[in-house]
Amino acid sequence: MSKEPVAVVGIGQTKHVAARRDVSIAGLVREAALRALEDAELTWADIDAVVIGKAPDFFEGVMMPELYLADALGAVGKPMLRVHTAGSVGGSTALVAANLVAARVHGTVLTLAFEKQSESNAMWGLSLPIPFQQPLLAGAGGFFAPHVRAYMRRSGAPDTVGSLVAYKDRRNALKNPYAHLHEHDITLEKVQASPMLWDPIRYSETCPSSDGACAMILTDRAGAARAPRPPAWMLGGAMRSEPTLFAGKDAVSPRAGQDCAADVYRQAGVTDPRRDIDAVEMYVPFSWYEPMWLENLGFADEGEGWKLTEAGVTELDGDLPVNMSGGVLSTNPIGASGMIRFAEAALQVRGQAGEHQVERAGKVLGHAYGGGSQFFSMWLVGARPPES
Amino acid sequence: MTRDIAVVAFAQTDVLRTTDELSEVEMLMPVLHSVLDRTGLKTADIGFTCSGSSDYLAGRAFSFTLALDGVGAWPPISESHVEMDGAWALYEAWTKLLTGDADTALVYSYGKSSPGSLRDVLTRQLDPYYVAPLWPDSVALAALQAQALIDAGDTDESALAAIGVRSRRVATLNSRAQLRGSLPQGDYVVRPLRTGDCPPVGDGAAAVILAAGARARELCSRPAWIRGIDHRIEAHALGVRDLTDSPSTRLAAERAGAFERPVDTAELHAPFSSQEVVLRKALRLDDSVRVNLSGGALAANPMMAAGLVRVGEAAARIHRGESDRALAHATSGPCLQQNLVAVLEGEPR
Repeated sequence: MSKEPVAVVGIGQTKHVAARRDVSIAGLVREAALRALEDAELTWADIDAVVIGKAPDFFEGVMMPELYLADALGAVGKPMLRVHTAGSVGGSTALVAANLVAARVHGTVLTLAFEKQSESNAMWGLSLPIPFQQPLLAGAGGFFAPHVRAYMRRSGAPDTVGSLVAYKDRRNALKNPYAHLHEHDITLEKVQASPMLWDPIRYSETCPSSDGACAMILTDRAGAARAPRPPAWMLGGAMRSEPTLFAGKDAVSPRAGQDCAADVYRQAGVTDPRRDIDAVEMYVPFSWYEPMWLENLGFADEGEGWKLTEAGVTELDGDLPVNMSGGVLSTNPIGASGMIRFAEAALQVRGQAGEHQVERAGKVLGHAYGGGSQFFSMWLVGARPPES
Repeated sequence: MTRDIAVVAFAQTDVLRTTDELSEVEMLMPVLHSVLDRTGLKTADIGFTCSGSSDYLAGRAFSFTLALDGVGAWPPISESHVEMDGAWALYEAWTKLLTGDADTALVYSYGKSSPGSLRDVLTRQLDPYYVAPLWPDSVALAALQAQALIDAGDTDESALAAIGVRSRRVATLNSRAQLRGSLPQGDYVVRPLRTGDCPPVGDGAAAVILAAGARARELCSRPAWIRGIDHRIEAHALGVRDLTDSPSTRLAAERAGAFERPVDTAELHAPFSSQEVVLRKALRLDDSVRVNLSGGALAANPMMAAGLVRVGEAAARIHRGESDRALAHATSGPCLQQNLVAVLEGEPR
């Protein structure tokens, strides 16, 4: 049976900042949604359903906030779904929305993800009480640092690679008006001199805490034909999950990530990702995850990812640009971060990415992960519709 | 061309006031095993898995990640989660099967209300700036709705009491229900609602397996085909809603095809007796329809699972040949803010 092709015809983001004290949560999400509608030249009446995602409710202290946000997102009288798959949620939310279109249940769907981290403290929101987590394991950095260490040991990567990623992403962010961190005086030396937080992860190699929202309008073939600007077409999308902790889990390169990428490539007819894919928006909350995910996603052989980073392949003007927008390292409204990756991938193939646009962006991968490197969601978007 | 998708198996826990000795995962595990056993499927055979739960009940972020460990997601599975009642997880799984990406789906949900004070916890669902700081609790909000119904002449206290009595009486046939048998109308909790008008607070889990087309026939002798399913949300602020009506339920039912032909059975997620009055009107259910033979939410209301239980109970009646066309309803939010309706049918016998 054939699926309806899914097109992205509208994208909206807020300017991501540490604290949006001028708006409520409802005001924040509405800003992104209105920008997406404006981009698609549609109105609230054109939207058939709303799919919303965010990371834990504890971050803002609102239980099931979709109930409160129904009015602000024009969802009254419509179906509204709320997705929560940890850090991968922004990506998963877009995929759930895409399925509504692909299944021909709805023609045009608004999907949105957000986090207003300033209303809480994510560090402690992520620190589970004992016995669910070890004592002194505060925040995500403490969880992921040992996995980075394992990667360095296994691959023999020199300890300079992490700072190269951070330096690149922070420079890319300067070209993205919506990025949170705009460090105009950034230098490689400054990254390397920043304090060590969770060895080997330095302060400048970690993501900020942001307030922000990202919205997309997804539609069917007929909707795409009416779109005022070039749509991005979904060529493949998948989610994969594996348990948090178990004997034999490879925390450096989880199989769920490999399987998820393989499913997306199969759907899109990609046989050699390094050759067939032009750029990647990758979920890199700690700098070392760029070389790690390059391997996990099949862009480099095992132990070779850091060599692509070191050779400048992932720079904005490189052969395989990664995180043209500045990535999670420059902007991290956690629940929205995955959707920003998906949306930035779509912006690239639509040729709408402005100063951080890369040339020849025919096929771009959006990637998100969450939990203890256990939830993965990805999509590949292209400038041309899928061949059916 | 759309695919036919059916509920082919259902399992649920006993709903208990407290389950101190069990973690959420331990509560869920037997239900997962039971529903898989009914079809002979193993985790690795399932095409898509989707769950529903709430971090706020567990009192910790990412509580659902631990449940995934219980599913045994290895090798990695195609999986998703809604922070909603499991009925909406079932909706997501239904759309996934419609795309053709999977032929079978496992849907589960669970909630433990016992660790906290549910009436207080649910206030955290409300507008965080203007309403939640006042801590209006779930029973107080339902009481506003009940009083509006009484004021409108739609019901009175004795009619409400009769709903509670009937629910608990039929629940004597449901070994999973938390409250069974006769129960006095009781004292006022929040006027005009008495204990008999309010749901018990309890812990529980449920799971369902969906399958498409021929696969459903292989797995179940009489699949409960989903003829339609839809859900709609209303405004959050109670002041802009007519609490005596449920336009979202009516619209969802219309979109699900509920009004095309009469149903013989309805499982309504009405945690308060007064809400059954609202739902019966919105769904145009007359006395010919058997409503909540399970006892409904007045006999057992495990948060996040009670809606999925309604779908499961309706489907199980079709599986057993006790119904040919059943309606299942789930609700979320204060005073029936969000509602889902599914229409299930068995093939002619």
